[in-house]
Amino acid sequence: MPAVQRAHPFMPNSVPAIKQQLLRALGIDSVEQLFAQIPAEHRLREPLALPPALSAETELSRHMVSILSRNVSCESALSFLGGGCWQHHVPAICDEIVRRTEFLTPVWGTASSDLGRNQAWFEFTSQLGELLELDLVALPVYSWGCAAGHAIRMASRLTGRNKVLVPRYLDPERRAVIANYCEPSQMPSHIAMIDVASDPETGQLDLADLQSKLTPDVAAVYFENPGYLGQIEADAEQLCALAHKAGAEAIVGVDPVSLGILAAPGTYGADIVVGSIQPLGIHMNCGGGLGGFIASRDEPRYAYEYPTLLISIAATTHGEHGFGMALMHQCSYGSREEGKDWTGNSTYLWAIASAVYMSALGPEGFRELGEAVIQRAHYCAKLLAGIRGVRLQRSNGFFKEFVVNFDGTGKSVAQINVALLDRGIFGGLDLSTSFPDLGQSALYCVTEVHTVDDLQRLATVLTEICAR
Amino acid sequence: MSKQNGLRRYHAPVWDEPIVMEMGVAGRRGCHFPLPDATMQQAVGAAADLVPQSMRRRNRPALPEMSEPDVLRHYLHLSQETMGMMGISLFGTCTMKYNPRLTEGLAARPFVADLHPNQSPATLQGVLQVIYEFDRMLRSLSGMDQFTFQPAGGADAAYTQACITRAYHAAKGQLEQRTQIITSIQSHPCNPATSAAAGFEVVTLPLGERGYPSLDALRAAVSSRTAALMINNPDDMGIYNPEIKEWVRIVHEAGGLCFYDHANFNGVMSKLRARELGFDACMFMLHKTFGVAKGGGGPAVGAYGCSAELAQFLPGPVVTFDGKTYGVRDNAPTSIGRVREYWGNVQQVVKAYAWTRAMGAAGIAEASDMSVLLNNYMERELLKIRGVTRSHPQLEGWRIEMTRYSLGQLFEDTGVTVADVQNRMVDFGVDAFWMSHEPWIVPQPFTPEAGEMWSKEDIDYWIAVLKQVCEEAYSNPELVKSAPHNQAIHKLAPESLDEPDRWAMTWRAYQRKRGARSA
Repeated sequence: MPAVQRAHPFMPNSVPAIKQQLLRALGIDSVEQLFAQIPAEHRLREPLALPPALSAETELSRHMVSILSRNVSCESALSFLGGGCWQHHVPAICDEIVRRTEFLTPVWGTASSDLGRNQAWFEFTSQLGELLELDLVALPVYSWGCAAGHAIRMASRLTGRNKVLVPRYLDPERRAVIANYCEPSQMPSHIAMIDVASDPETGQLDLADLQSKLTPDVAAVYFENPGYLGQIEADAEQLCALAHKAGAEAIVGVDPVSLGILAAPGTYGADIVVGSIQPLGIHMNCGGGLGGFIASRDEPRYAYEYPTLLISIAATTHGEHGFGMALMHQCSYGSREEGKDWTGNSTYLWAIASAVYMSALGPEGFRELGEAVIQRAHYCAKLLAGIRGVRLQRSNGFFKEFVVNFDGTGKSVAQINVALLDRGIFGGLDLSTSFPDLGQSALYCVTEVHTVDDLQRLATVLTEICAR
Repeated sequence: MSKQNGLRRYHAPVWDEPIVMEMGVAGRRGCHFPLPDATMQQAVGAAADLVPQSMRRRNRPALPEMSEPDVLRHYLHLSQETMGMMGISLFGTCTMKYNPRLTEGLAARPFVADLHPNQSPATLQGVLQVIYEFDRMLRSLSGMDQFTFQPAGGADAAYTQACITRAYHAAKGQLEQRTQIITSIQSHPCNPATSAAAGFEVVTLPLGERGYPSLDALRAAVSSRTAALMINNPDDMGIYNPEIKEWVRIVHEAGGLCFYDHANFNGVMSKLRARELGFDACMFMLHKTFGVAKGGGGPAVGAYGCSAELAQFLPGPVVTFDGKTYGVRDNAPTSIGRVREYWGNVQQVVKAYAWTRAMGAAGIAEASDMSVLLNNYMERELLKIRGVTRSHPQLEGWRIEMTRYSLGQLFEDTGVTVADVQNRMVDFGVDAFWMSHEPWIVPQPFTPEAGEMWSKEDIDYWIAVLKQVCEEAYSNPELVKSAPHNQAIHKLAPESLDEPDRWAMTWRAYQRKRGARSA
């Protein structure tokens, strides 16, 4: 069959007559002439080895669906995975708003051309500020790990010190990101990460160990509330106070969906607060739904260290509310290598999803959500604790995640998860390789999406598997 | 309002939409969650009692209380008060593209949206296949040996390069000696910024008379302290450095790595390959060149590809294929670990894969041709406008997919700035253009990029609007200086947002600074 020349649906000028018109306007015969400044020996002369084009949407759709249908989603399975990405309900209006063309496709606008996006961003920072009880919230960064990394670097610059205390039980993904931000030991501004042990009884940070490591060269104490293994730090206020006593900054990572029932970090002494925005109205997207936030008190010493974009409310010449970027000169767009760390494209669409989410929930929604989550998690834990050979690391004091130990079953978490998968259940995150000291343990995550039936089904199936 | 010079009548929607913090009525609800269940309550007690006493929230968060339709309508109004590429956006350096709605729809389905990154690989075969195959496609476009999609933007890919530079020299025992990364004044700010954040000194080369740094400048900068070169080509002026192979040779000879920042790939895609020019690594922005929606600044992907020699340093996890099943293995022990959690913005990789399939090799070559053809057509027309000049006017010849212009002449003649012109153009239904990254190498710069998605009629309209505004600058400069006039709001008052008592990054701070809320 002879090749058919068709204008490509994405390219309005791929009509031969238009191309000719443009070439005539430039007084040339062929597009090739326009590339004359690239030396011939730099040019690729063979066609690209790409699979055949699927320019017909019907064919492309069939192709994509045939591939993607091989995935099994957490909607069709029953999932208990968390760790650094969590299955929460995403209200339909969040999805509706983030697919609006005006928010979806552009990159940037000015204070006067793109008022609505700027306002939505400001509403993201303003609402998150209310949850955290902090006055300064930045536009988001890539992820929680990146937010923690930036916050630790901020603390290091603020204090002129180069050590950070971190919990020993820290998400390995997040730890690896933070380690990169802290730089290898050969670099001049290397920040040493020192692990703080957990109290084996409570699962909370070991205060004695923390104090012994809080030397005068510590820039910051970084802890999470709840911690990676789910435990709520009941002594958060004391942890912050100890950091301050040593002249260090208190950096706290929090789960924003817990803040309807858990104390706001701004009320217990946190200086810089970080966390993930993914739980706030963003689908997991196989990890593509992550976004990280950074917040602090609104004091110049903190404000001057932010590497991010900072959107501020501002007045127009006619007294209307408008929005502009504050302290732009201190980010890398303004100052290149003299700026604070760096910034660039981030997760700004997700900031809008989160703004919609927080508006939809309101104070009562966050309380109800927090209560639904914590009650389900404890109910699930209690059910699992009743299974022969299964032991809870701790039976209370957690929010949505908790550690389940299977040593007494004689089976590995990997074996159990394979058996669960056969029954359509994604078991908890296997901790046995990241934290071998916990034995055959898994981190189970329970949220508002789980029903009583789901949790009872998990317990029933696990009982069968463990008894085999 | 009547039509001016055949230009569209345009006015942005004006909703005077309140800040959401001022909206709502006590008691309204926009979202319910399941109430406590009797079975659960009996088993574990009341939810509130499960929180340790010391950690219970004391104050209700001061969030708005709104019903669901009110929330929806508020944010719909905000979307309408956003020009957001509903006009014509020639936002240079960002390569504005059509984002196929098929892929937006597919990525929103549970088989992408509701996946957890720690699921068993057996349940992720679809996305693993896409990641694996798209890696191969980018190898074809670049000549590199392996890609990672973990970096969550172009700047994150530059940061990845800086981290790999550290690891590479550390493995050779030379990290303490190799302290410098070389770049040019016309590189994107993220190149020097990520280098510095990774702990390197930055050496910035000035432009030579041909519009790119001279070989002599490079030779003077290179030494035994050189860790790497990070460079784009063409740069944002559309000028290609024809000596780039010699650059790579000089840096390699000194023991440094060479990184090709492909921010400006659109004009050269299918025309050249980074590896064949000698580069060790390169970066593509899937949210720019590969048709993925930009989302107003992410989620994004800086796809980072490198040579086989550097592959051992790539961040994990890595997707494998045994001819039948896709698997996952963690990175090599020599890896830099992670620059961001998990695989990066996987849904965007799915969209980029689909875009590349929709275009095919011929479509990609045509898009590159189109972007260069349109840019040169536009340049010829724009330079006819009074007050408009271009960078390096003495250089003959065509530019690639972008040209850097200057309104310096217009400013000298009329006092109208490039920001004023930007604000006035939006009155005609044209999105704000991009001026220039810092530092400005020409006065009052602007940088339109035509790309392949805008029709010739759109480009002609954009040119006509700029012509109109430049004429207004000469005939009625106040009209331009006080713009916009047809937008949802007026221009910002000229007060600094860098003063602690002025800036307010949240509504709480704004209220406190106005005395409407106690500290």
